[in-house]
Amino acid sequence: MLRLATWKIAAIVAMTVCAVLVILPSLLSAAQRETLNAYLPSFLQTRSIVLGLDLQGGSHVLLEVDTPSVVKSLIDTMRDSVRRVLREEKISISGGIGVLPRGLQVRIPDAKDRAKVMPRFLSLAGPSGSGLAEGSTAPTFDVTEGANGVVQFTVTEAGINAKLRRAVDQSIEVLRRRVDALGTTEPNIQRQGLDRILVQVPGLQDTGKLKDILGTTAKLEFRLVGEPGADPNDIEMLDQTEAQGQLPVEKRVMVQGEDLTDAQPGFDQRTSEPIVNFRFNIRGGQKFGEVTTENVGRPFAIVLDGKVISAPRILSPITGGSGQISGRFTVEEANKLAILLRAGALPAKLTIVEERTVGPGLGQDSIDAGKRAAYVGAGLVILYMLVTYGIFGVFANIALLVHIAFIFAGLVLLGATLTLPGIAGIVLTIGLAVDSNVLIYERIREEGHLGRSIVSALDAGFNRAFATIIDANVTMFVAAAILYFLGSGPVRGFAVTLALGILTTVVTAVTMTRMMIALWYRYERPTRLPI
Amino acid sequence: MKLLRLAPESTNFPFMRFRRVSYPFSALLSLVSVALFLTLGVNFGIDFSGGTLIELRAKAGTAEIAKLRSIAHGLEIGEVEVQGFGTDTDVTLRFGLQDGGDAAQAAAIARVKAAIGEDYEVRRIEVVGPRVSAELVQSGTLGVVVAVIAVLCYLWFRFEWQFAVSAIIATMHDLLLTVGFFALTRLEFNTTSIAAILTIIGISLNETVVVLDRIREMMRKYRKMPTDQLIDVSINAVLPRTIMTATTTLLSLFALALLGGHVIRSFSLAMIWGIFVATYSSVFICSPMLIYLGLRSETVVGRAPSAGSAATEPPAP
Repeated sequence: MLRLATWKIAAIVAMTVCAVLVILPSLLSAAQRETLNAYLPSFLQTRSIVLGLDLQGGSHVLLEVDTPSVVKSLIDTMRDSVRRVLREEKISISGGIGVLPRGLQVRIPDAKDRAKVMPRFLSLAGPSGSGLAEGSTAPTFDVTEGANGVVQFTVTEAGINAKLRRAVDQSIEVLRRRVDALGTTEPNIQRQGLDRILVQVPGLQDTGKLKDILGTTAKLEFRLVGEPGADPNDIEMLDQTEAQGQLPVEKRVMVQGEDLTDAQPGFDQRTSEPIVNFRFNIRGGQKFGEVTTENVGRPFAIVLDGKVISAPRILSPITGGSGQISGRFTVEEANKLAILLRAGALPAKLTIVEERTVGPGLGQDSIDAGKRAAYVGAGLVILYMLVTYGIFGVFANIALLVHIAFIFAGLVLLGATLTLPGIAGIVLTIGLAVDSNVLIYERIREEGHLGRSIVSALDAGFNRAFATIIDANVTMFVAAAILYFLGSGPVRGFAVTLALGILTTVVTAVTMTRMMIALWYRYERPTRLPI
Repeated sequence: MKLLRLAPESTNFPFMRFRRVSYPFSALLSLVSVALFLTLGVNFGIDFSGGTLIELRAKAGTAEIAKLRSIAHGLEIGEVEVQGFGTDTDVTLRFGLQDGGDAAQAAAIARVKAAIGEDYEVRRIEVVGPRVSAELVQSGTLGVVVAVIAVLCYLWFRFEWQFAVSAIIATMHDLLLTVGFFALTRLEFNTTSIAAILTIIGISLNETVVVLDRIREMMRKYRKMPTDQLIDVSINAVLPRTIMTATTTLLSLFALALLGGHVIRSFSLAMIWGIFVATYSSVFICSPMLIYLGLRSETVVGRAPSAGSAATEPPAP
């Protein structure tokens, strides 16, 4: 007990100094920190504590890729491919291609025909042939031959998952461009699970606008308006945004939004109405030029997410590769549309499944309240330890302060987020941290009452309490760990501080106080236990 | 310096005699908790029920709850719960999920914002969709179950089975009473409440383990002592620590409950209740259970000392 290795003392002092050094930059302002970082080598860059959105204010939006729409698009693509194969091979089918909830079926009565197309069907359904499931070896569709020459295509779980994964990846790119265009600082956009995307934007006031921008698919299509007498199978009726009633529009798409290279909001020179100017890439420009040349005089529809924005008449061939969209926009709407078109369309429909927005006012109030609670809580505990254990209480309190420093240093080093429940966790560990000291001290008292000498009582106190401390803290740690893996957002912040607190308390309360008491004994040479 | 002692120097309470009182008492409380849960239920927050929560602060003057209620009533977004909390400027509106997916939720929020006008600052908006709330319920339940099982395994490994079983019974007791507390107080039950429950489980086991550790140690020391007397001696020995730790933890928690802001108040209040229950159950529920489970000194002494108990002996020089 009394013999203390110098290296242990050195290690503890060094750890404490390091912890303080790690925390100090968090007290600086962002600008001061940057100046400081300029003088430091890259491996010594200072970091500050990351505050959760519940403390700094901001929006947390969880989006989910709509699986039914992904499945539907897989099936639609497959139907087009199957139709193309049948046409190319000139194979007659009976009764058209049937769409099932999870796939397609087609009846090819002639066995020779079936034998001819099956290999092509299989390659369509496979991962490489269709190109639908890149990076996966499982086929996207199961192709089976049933009775009466029926060939059935059933979409596979692996195919859906691969498609979902790609949709999430592409969506993250698109969303990042869109959110960046809002001009917010440090948005965090990341995949969550198989089919979800988490968007965290700190400090944004207008969440309605954010949600609008996140939730819009922004699939832009230029299509011709259907003429009377056209085949009804080639035409669909679409709603209009700025007019009553529906408009017959050809199903065939002339040019798509992905062929746009740029889109900027502007004003129409004649009417001063807000519009969006756009430019096509070479392919889109050529295609648009061809179609407009062939269809002078006919109206074409600008379709956004299945709704007709406007349907202007083609006055003359548009071959310059640029154009404008007018749709009786407000300035804000034109801005938004331009942002959406520049960022590109989402590959699938996204739904908002969770939103948590905290205004900056509430965030600051939470920080203030958390600080107040922490100061008062720590103050009361420190006072109480002092009046109960005297000089030993002082040791426990020093250990407590180092313990708090360790928690904050741990947060900085792990890059973990400090949330309001996280502050609650710290306040709670302030109460719990002294538990180890209490266990030790009470044991020392007890052993002293049994008539042991001071040294022997100190020794027995530390040694006997140790197993109990470990047992008691392991159970708490298990609870914190489970909370970490199952919790989300702010609650996870609580789990982190609680777990960190439990780990550091074992170091500070056991090793540090032991060191301080040993040093105290060496210099004081007490004749009786002070507690 | 005269030091403060909350617990007398050496106590000799006959704790085990109280089991004839504490068991029926706890059984009654548990039954009441279950009854409360089944009849009143707990006040599920939007985390678990799905829906929208909007927190408002009056820009000038006080929030007029009655007026807000009538405004909200006219919006046709289902039942809107309007609630103040402590201050006279702040108020929360809570309403259920709207039919028609995320667009409908956004539309409902826009309607509320438009209706309340410029008099209020929107401080917080939370929307939880049906799938997310279902998952939160699932992961919350799973968390509590996994925590209990994991700790049971640890206790089984470290102690005799009687200890593990009584610790779990005590923990279940604390769990039930905490749920009863939520049902009775109508405090909002949300994901931080699950955090509170898991922490209470941790603290409850922490208390229990400290008592059990001492009982086991005493059993090795006094092999001839009758079990109930031995448990009494053990509990009296750890009593100062139990009181001391409960006090420091309560000091922190009261600071949180009174000063930590309304967002975590229900968490802090539940934790305060949990500390009382956990301390009580470690002494009056868990320890007497050992007697009912037939634990005797021979059971403990007969087994080879485990790895951890070696550490309780002074290390070899």
